[in-house]
Amino acid sequence: MKSFLRNEAVRFILFSVMILALPALLAGGYLLNVFVFVGIHTLLAVALNLLLGYAGQISLGQAAFFGLGAYASGILTATYGQNPWWVMVAVALTVGLLAFLVGFPILKLKGHYLAMATLGFGIIVYIALNEAVDLTGGPSGLPGIPNLTVGSYVFDSDLKNYYLIWGVTLGAILLSLNLVNSRIGRGLRAIHDSEVAARVMGIRVRLLKVQIFALSAVISSIAGSLYAHTMTFVSPTSFGFNFSVELVTMVIIGGLGSIYGSFLGAALLTLLPEMLRAFQDYDIVVYGFLLIVMTMFMPGGLVRGVPELARRLLARGEKGRADA
Amino acid sequence: MLTIKNINTYYGKVHALKNVSLHLRKGEIVTLIGANGAGKTTMLNTISAVTPPSAGNIVFEERDLAGLPPDRIVKLGICQVPEGRQVFKPLSVEDNLHLGAYLRYRGREGRAEIRRDLDDIYALFPRLLERRKQAAGTLSGGEQQMLAMGRALMARPRLLLLDEPSMGLAPLVVQEIFRAIEQLRQERGTTVLLVEQNAKAALRMADRGYVLETGKVVLEGLSSDLLENNDVQRAYLGKDKKEIWER
Repeated sequence: MKSFLRNEAVRFILFSVMILALPALLAGGYLLNVFVFVGIHTLLAVALNLLLGYAGQISLGQAAFFGLGAYASGILTATYGQNPWWVMVAVALTVGLLAFLVGFPILKLKGHYLAMATLGFGIIVYIALNEAVDLTGGPSGLPGIPNLTVGSYVFDSDLKNYYLIWGVTLGAILLSLNLVNSRIGRGLRAIHDSEVAARVMGIRVRLLKVQIFALSAVISSIAGSLYAHTMTFVSPTSFGFNFSVELVTMVIIGGLGSIYGSFLGAALLTLLPEMLRAFQDYDIVVYGFLLIVMTMFMPGGLVRGVPELARRLLARGEKGRADA
Repeated sequence: MLTIKNINTYYGKVHALKNVSLHLRKGEIVTLIGANGAGKTTMLNTISAVTPPSAGNIVFEERDLAGLPPDRIVKLGICQVPEGRQVFKPLSVEDNLHLGAYLRYRGREGRAEIRRDLDDIYALFPRLLERRKQAAGTLSGGEQQMLAMGRALMARPRLLLLDEPSMGLAPLVVQEIFRAIEQLRQERGTTVLLVEQNAKAALRMADRGYVLETGKVVLEGLSSDLLENNDVQRAYLGKDKKEIWER
């Protein structure tokens, strides 16, 4: 059973089946809507994990790529009436190119300095979204973005969007799994561990870093387009510094360098605020407390921490039985 | 095979290599000895283009290496085993070895070839086979050195640059590593440039040697001559040469 679960293909199929069957259990309603967002957040967290968990490069500006995708899709379809599918692709490629150009100078930086530079980039985009009122509608946001359509089929319900977004997210997960288990994935982890050693192995460290930065921007931009067409409304507050930090938190809480960990982190951080409604005004305090406890006791993230916890509880249970 | 002429390398303002020249013939084992900070590691990093020289030229098999980036150097057949081994600790032994072949993945045949090379490495260092799924960081120092060498060999270098393979290892393990180096030369004809602090062991194995002192070559010659040389004995071999000290 264990070796069966270790097979990457088996794991992916099990995960996909679980995701695709989930709406039946949720039976529509409010939670389904939450899981649409879990899908978008997973997509973003997986993209960031490639950069942060595998290549070891921090980005505190990830929300900017998400926002650029969302706004560009929104403006080009709502204001200029272009075909949303083509727009999504064209925008993703443009955002990727932008990331490539921005990445070349800033990925030379390391650690805190790289964090600062990406943070700066995020803030620039955030200010631009707020100030370019003619184009973006400024702080009051951009309404009237159309739902996606295929022929006469309109993605206008939570259920339809759930399958659309999770379809894309599962595709991105499959792509990422292939990538990290390939030669490129080994190259990324090598950079994470020692750049000098990676260079003498013949890895073009800087280029690889910039490429993965651009790839994560492309995925984030697609997530932004999907978000815009699902919500039909975007405003700058969704794409600020707070959200960039939240994404980093998702990746770390879920487990650095684990694709499924990104799903766990995204699911937890999206569901938690909903579950903490009972605490009313104190929900943010409980939320913060839980995050601190989790980072203290599960430094490897949920993906490693939960099985470890289960093993310990099981062992304790057996010991208890043996004692009795 | 490799000719280095009047190389000058700087670390910022520090003049680390001053007009250094050396050469290697095909199939030779040449050692570079010297104290800490003499520029031995810099020499290797200069050849690998990690710290490119500011003046002078390096010619490898009739090709000028000036201005080439590190990945091109590896492609041409020069691979370095860095100081302190620098294995990728969280990665498995096998993933580390695969990384050595990073530039060699081309098509199905390429993959089959890499599999065969992997088996060759395991034959050379059977201990790596036992631990192939283990994270490299959990290996002992000697095993990590074997892994670092195996990883470099996966690039199929014709010239291997070894930076202090004996560092921090037990004498028996050092012997094992040195035996592997000799075996490499016999079986594959690999040319080796060996940087060592353990001058005695290095000179015993090498054909020729260079002595580096504060960025300059102060002595060169056959290993057997260097082993007999008074200055070398006094400074690097720890022979009791009181009269020279007191002079």
